[in-house]
Amino acid sequence: MREIEGRSRGWWALFALGAAVLLGMLLAWHAMETRGHIITGMTNQVVWGLPHVVAVFLILAASGVLNVASVASAFGKRFYKPLAPLSGWLAVVLLAGGLAVLGLDLGRSDRLIVALTHFNFKSIFAWNMFLYSGFFAIVGVYLWTMLDRTVGGYSSAAGRVAFVWRLVLTTGTGSIFGFLIAREAYASALLAPMFIVLSIAYGMAIYLLALIGVCAGSGRALGRGVIERIGRLLGWFVLAALYFVAVFHLTNLYLAKQIGVERFLLVDGGIYSWLFWVGQVLLGSVVPLVLLWLPATRGKRGATVTAAALIVLGGLAQMYVTIIGAQAWPLDLFPGYQMRSSFFDGVIHPYAPSLPEAALALGGFAIALLGALLGVKFLRLLPESLSDEALEPGAGAN
Amino acid sequence: MNNRRAFLGKAAALGGIAVAPGLFLFEPARAKGVTSKVRWGMLVDTTRCAEGCDACVAACNKENGLSGRTGPDDSQWIRKVELKEKATGRTLSLPVMCQHCAEPPCVDVCPTGASFKRADGIVLVDRHICIGCRYCMMACPYKARSFVHRPLHDQKPDVPRGQGCVESCTLCVQRVDRGGEPACVEACRAEGRNALLFGDLNDPASAISRRMREAGAKQIRADLQLNTGVRYQGI
Repeated sequence: MREIEGRSRGWWALFALGAAVLLGMLLAWHAMETRGHIITGMTNQVVWGLPHVVAVFLILAASGVLNVASVASAFGKRFYKPLAPLSGWLAVVLLAGGLAVLGLDLGRSDRLIVALTHFNFKSIFAWNMFLYSGFFAIVGVYLWTMLDRTVGGYSSAAGRVAFVWRLVLTTGTGSIFGFLIAREAYASALLAPMFIVLSIAYGMAIYLLALIGVCAGSGRALGRGVIERIGRLLGWFVLAALYFVAVFHLTNLYLAKQIGVERFLLVDGGIYSWLFWVGQVLLGSVVPLVLLWLPATRGKRGATVTAAALIVLGGLAQMYVTIIGAQAWPLDLFPGYQMRSSFFDGVIHPYAPSLPEAALALGGFAIALLGALLGVKFLRLLPESLSDEALEPGAGAN
Repeated sequence: MNNRRAFLGKAAALGGIAVAPGLFLFEPARAKGVTSKVRWGMLVDTTRCAEGCDACVAACNKENGLSGRTGPDDSQWIRKVELKEKATGRTLSLPVMCQHCAEPPCVDVCPTGASFKRADGIVLVDRHICIGCRYCMMACPYKARSFVHRPLHDQKPDVPRGQGCVESCTLCVQRVDRGGEPACVEACRAEGRNALLFGDLNDPASAISRRMREAGAKQIRADLQLNTGVRYQGI
């Protein structure tokens, strides 16, 4: 294992980019603190906006990126073992990015300490505070057992705890939405397992992007067989995610009272229907599956990077539809009646993110990027070589 | 030694005097009359509520210091809703506000406990510990809550509000605690409509309980079984 060359031009360029975006986030936060959320596109109708789309995506990806390490520790696959430390570190920085966005979007982000000292244990949000801080602690210990040989014997046990913890964490994230009885687009226990599968797809896509990026930047060998193997596994999770999405929508379509909202999301919803079919299904799932599995493209760097980037964009599209599309659909207080009022009852609620909230949201990615860059510079997250021969002696290119 | 002890004693006494007003003068004002023996509620007689009349909304805005603006970012604690039944074309007009549920979803989801239900059934937001996460707004089936999107000026001393916090109808708790009734109820009566009736749902002899018993009253989204404190006649 070794650190990467932290003085390369590429490293500094990315670091500067991340720092600039982070600065934009802090400026946006300051503006929202002083002038209020009036400068965002969020309203009393669409109360959670782009920041929440990105934050939930990053939190899901944080849990999912740990899958590479889990395959090594919980399922005992030796092949994945050298890949595990990077996976653990990315989990920490992605979660930090997601939580920063959530925290800075609060109406009273200055009261974050209140959120850490007052708990209502009926609230899934309150549980999540423990799940998130526990995740940092457990993955931290897991990383320590992987990076420090004197405690390396505990690595497998720590990995198993982390595996269980992240499943619970993602169940918690899915349940934020799953238990909202008021919203027709949610209110399904299916959201929790669906979010687990989604998280693994998003997380492994980000892992592949990071792995290929780090190896290219540090001049490490990276075997096509290595990329192909992770890509093939990722393909299965993309397929599983599609399956869950299909079952979720089909169940809703079966319930007569949900047909309105389903028709809105899938057919008449304008941007939401587009994001669903073109963003999430076609570009975010079908195209990546082809790239990851087709013999001509699988394992190739360009194709894999394209596939992974599309999965990330598709994931963001999916979160946009899930979080904002569901709020755009008006609450039905009086089934069987047409409703109108000064408070926008009975009409589709428009939403357009403003520059400050976009900057705030992007800051989450910047924090994850900066954390990842510092990690690969100062920690030994990847071995010297990731050639096929180094990871799987005697296995050849496949 | 004795001097020191005496000094400490005096200091403690002085400290006690300094703190006492906070403990003894304000606390009873807040706690007075708040008991689970009563459950405050409201009955809306939709047959007396007229389309185009918004006296209740105007009174609420005035009492609670709301701007009265109706943009997508503005707070509306009570709103007039016009309904038309799809099958028959029957029209209805009625006010909708926080329904003061016995099982409020906003209280369940609030991470800090800022959303809370008083012993007398009034659902409120504690401005001191609301962090502005808006989870309660996601959870409320009645779209009863508003988030304060702008800096506030000229607030009413009785009705604390805060930028970045969530707020909703308090049943005019500041009036109820002094033995009064919500501003909307008073305004509706002054208009001569008497469509709103406020009272104790726990007292079988109260006017509201009697009317609910005799005329029948429904809850909005009764299927959710939230046991709302605001009930409707004629829906």
